Amino acid sequence: MDRILKMLFVLLIAKPLVNIALGINLRRLEKLPRQGPCILAANHNSHLDVLVLLSLFPISSVHRVRPVAAADYFLSNRLLAWFSLHVLGIIPLQRTPDRKNLDSLFGQCAESLDHGEILIIFPEGSRGKPEVMGTIKKGIYRLVKDRQDCAVMPVMMRGLGRSLPRGTARLVPFNCDVVIGQSIREFSDPAAFVTRLQADFDELSSYCLTSTLTDEG
Amino acid sequence: MDLSLTSFIPEHSLLLMAAVLATLIISQLIYYWLSLRHQDRDYTELQQRISSWWWMIAIVFVVLLLPLSYTIFFIGFLSFMALKEFLSIVPTRMTDRRVIFWAYLSIPIQYYWMSMGWYGMFIIFIPVYIFLFLPMVLVIIGETKGFIRSAGIIHWGMMLTVFCLSHAGYLLLLPVKNEQAGAIGLVLFLLVMTQFNDVCQYVSGKLFGRRKIVPRVSPNKTWAGFIGGIITVTAISAWLAPWLTPLDWQQGLVAGLIISVGGFIGDLVISAVKRDLQIKDTGHLIPGHGGILDRIDSLMFTSPLFFHYLYYLHY
Repeated sequence: MDRILKMLFVLLIAKPLVNIALGINLRRLEKLPRQGPCILAANHNSHLDVLVLLSLFPISSVHRVRPVAAADYFLSNRLLAWFSLHVLGIIPLQRTPDRKNLDSLFGQCAESLDHGEILIIFPEGSRGKPEVMGTIKKGIYRLVKDRQDCAVMPVMMRGLGRSLPRGTARLVPFNCDVVIGQSIREFSDPAAFVTRLQADFDELSSYCLTSTLTDEG
Repeated sequence: MDLSLTSFIPEHSLLLMAAVLATLIISQLIYYWLSLRHQDRDYTELQQRISSWWWMIAIVFVVLLLPLSYTIFFIGFLSFMALKEFLSIVPTRMTDRRVIFWAYLSIPIQYYWMSMGWYGMFIIFIPVYIFLFLPMVLVIIGETKGFIRSAGIIHWGMMLTVFCLSHAGYLLLLPVKNEQAGAIGLVLFLLVMTQFNDVCQYVSGKLFGRRKIVPRVSPNKTWAGFIGGIITVTAISAWLAPWLTPLDWQQGLVAGLIISVGGFIGDLVISAVKRDLQIKDTGHLIPGHGGILDRIDSLMFTSPLFFHYLYYLHY
């Protein structure tokens, strides 16, 4: 049932919204995996990010794509919680973990990767200032360091923070860039991983066509 | 020719559409021939370009044959996509979102005046009312840093993508004076001549081009391309215009000249915009071509120029 809801949502809402109202400049779509286990590490500017990423997949494989989202925000009221869990199919994550139980924090994520799913993780942690990249956190590293089977794919997006930035409900259409990077497979230490991911984002952003904002950052 | 088709599409317009499809089939065959002959070369881009042409021409033909209100809706949507693409690549401020929201809203209003056939309102709405309204919204927002640039950029984009482009649609509302071509004859003439001009300039530039015409804006444009385009398009326009429009052959000659020079300038203006922003394409919507603006750059200039030339002479 949830699978059908998600397919309908992507087909009838996400895809038309992204392709007709917004419009994307897409680079290297062919690199996008259809099968997990895999992690899409995307930069985060807007609620639209998840819709855009979901809309890249064919309807037949969207049920395998699971956004990892902050429990404190997305489970904060009943309606949003129902929508997040049953339609988007999020994996809720505690943003303020208790340091002793780091393993249990990612339990559900690891389980989902074991089932061959594709996780969407925003390593900046929150949307932050529109169109400004925040610092990358090490959560992804912790999740993949002991796995041999899981690649991390950087996805750079630009422009969505202009269409629907934090703190407003007024959507103003702009084109956005989506550039899919090369998958990362070596995970030696957390600092190197973060540096590599940051460097990949910087490189991918050179393929973006849309303008950066002139009054921020 | 099939009788049921001619009762549905005026004869001359139908013939032009058939000629366009024939050209497309020939270029498709040339592509097959080339890729068989030189199997070592990569013709992916040529193939992408041709299949995008199939799509674009199919969409335009279907839209032109739909009832008028659908055609107007489609051109309005084209304006929306072009304006969105423009505003996505130029630098704006976060606070401009509100003005841009109003700019988008003015598109359906402009096309509504058009669908009513209210020429007076159609022609002043964007250059007068929107021109004065958008700075007012900017003032209400109150951010003065970058004010001049935002006001300039947004209205310039509106003029190109909404005001100029909407002239192509208004051709459909002019009273039909050439019965054999019908209302769509004018639009077909404009579209075919404008795109044909792009092709002619490209081909004669490739064949004979040596001296660059504006190297700082576009290194690919040559004098030979420019003049070759003018000669071919002017000649063909003199021949086609009496057939598809109310113009006689001398007037058609001048129309060809206007379209050729206007199209050339439009192309260069969008090239200059891209060069300023240091990007190669304005978008990736049309495989092998780039964005919407890359495709309609010359049309944004030829539409109002051809429209007002025709309007002055015959309406």
